Amino acid sequence: MKILVGIKRVVDYNVRIRVKSDGSGIETDGVKMSINPFDEIALEEALRTKEAGKADEVIVFSAGDDACQQQLRTGLAMGADRAVQIQCDQPLQPLTAARAMLALAQREEAGLVILGKQAIDDDNNQTPQMLAALWGRPQATFASSVDLQDGKARVVREVDAGLETIEVNLPAVISVDLRLNEPRFVKLPEIMKAKRKPLEVIGLEELGVSVENNLAVSDYTPPPTRSKGIVVDDTGQLVSELKNRGLI
Amino acid sequence: MNKILIIAEHDGKTLSPSTAKCVSCAAAFGGDIDIAVLGQGTGDVAAQAASIAGVHAVIQIDAAHLEAPLSVNHANEIVALASGYSHLLGPSSTYGKDLMPRVAALLGANQVSDIMEVMGPYQMKRPVYAGNAIVNVTAPEDVTLVGTVRVASWPAASEGGGAEIRQAEPAAGPCTDSAWIGLESGGGERPDLQTAGIVVSGGRALGSKENFELIYALADQLGAGVGASRAAVDAGYVPNDMQVGQTGKIIAPDVYFAIGISGAIQHITGIKDAGTIVAINKDPDAPIFEIADIGLVGDLFNIVPELKSQLG
Repeated sequence: MKILVGIKRVVDYNVRIRVKSDGSGIETDGVKMSINPFDEIALEEALRTKEAGKADEVIVFSAGDDACQQQLRTGLAMGADRAVQIQCDQPLQPLTAARAMLALAQREEAGLVILGKQAIDDDNNQTPQMLAALWGRPQATFASSVDLQDGKARVVREVDAGLETIEVNLPAVISVDLRLNEPRFVKLPEIMKAKRKPLEVIGLEELGVSVENNLAVSDYTPPPTRSKGIVVDDTGQLVSELKNRGLI
Repeated sequence: MNKILIIAEHDGKTLSPSTAKCVSCAAAFGGDIDIAVLGQGTGDVAAQAASIAGVHAVIQIDAAHLEAPLSVNHANEIVALASGYSHLLGPSSTYGKDLMPRVAALLGANQVSDIMEVMGPYQMKRPVYAGNAIVNVTAPEDVTLVGTVRVASWPAASEGGGAEIRQAEPAAGPCTDSAWIGLESGGGERPDLQTAGIVVSGGRALGSKENFELIYALADQLGAGVGASRAAVDAGYVPNDMQVGQTGKIIAPDVYFAIGISGAIQHITGIKDAGTIVAINKDPDAPIFEIADIGLVGDLFNIVPELKSQLG
């Protein structure tokens, strides 16, 4: 079985985000870029599945310009067997991204697609569900445990009410949550080895997909800030402050 | 004119307060508002939905395979209902986040997630980058607008409506590739985190599951809901459904107590709409104090019991 894992190049999650003064986006010049943290967890899960003898090949892919090859190489260094760059010169909105993933999943005859539940840039939380819908296959989103057995995946999902368990027949799309696993650190020899692993570049149109970014996104603004309040000296003052403000 | 369908969230018996918040968002778009209730034996839920002010009709679809909230089944029903609606809205809860993108893709539409403000029938604001930026989104008018509503941004629509309830037959049978196995609920009898007026949250500084009892005791005294930082959940002190933040729950209580929580940006994203933020932390430089309305620097293991006895 082949497992496809999507990885998105995003601003590193430790970077303090600054909105550009003209409102056209956020500052990315000289900013550290990384694999979306959820996607790293997705890749780790795929690698562990292969190491457990339940998959034959792990393929990482990303959609973007050549800059995303850096993150694909990191994915290869983590242990993916090969990489595919879906080349496009603009960020794809989720519906187009899902269509590109569908084309790739069909070309590769993937048995499982594992994706991060959301990218920490747009925070959309849409693409895995959209891929599952277009593929006509089940989805198991927000996974905190995945158990593959006899062509099925038993997935524990982190939902608002607690932990929900569902079972889906493969092929399926799984989107992962933070507590699924701890991604491995990449060691130097692996980085060297990753340079020799195959990285295929394929154009979006070669996959038969055209860009349909029909949501116009504009006017990036910083959020309203909360101003710093007062600091009280002891519990007594805290209680009287809460009472004075009518809060308790 | 807009015609808006809201997908109700419920547990089979009780309508989630998120639905009345979606109605407020829908009212901001303007137009006729209907609510779809999918499930099995949902008579009570449908009646609750019909009593929300401003709702035109409730469409109730009862079927055994709709009882579990499997999006693969629910999406088919919504797609079948979609024609004639200009907007389809669900809550930005795990239910809505799982379901609505599936609906959008089946309709060939992009989705607008986490709608926090409405400026026009196809113009909205939403947060990106963990709420570190807000953007305007303009959606095309010739495609059904599918969106999730950031419930913490909207008040609940009031009671007092008398919408007509219509029963409808399910449009599709069960998907045989998905099975719902069960739900292990982490929460107890305390007020729901997302609707409680007061929320008390604990962080990594609590140090253990046992010590978290301090937080529960204070919360119970205040009649508050209980939350936690990601660090506390990761450490196993509390179950996942208590996590507040970018990837957990986004909440807007009147009063929020952050106890032993340093205030990572991902946590602050989940609480920045709170009325008053109270922070208790022994590190005077903790980022939580930058946004707290009332701060108290000190050891939570002394302060929390003191606070509890002084409130008693």
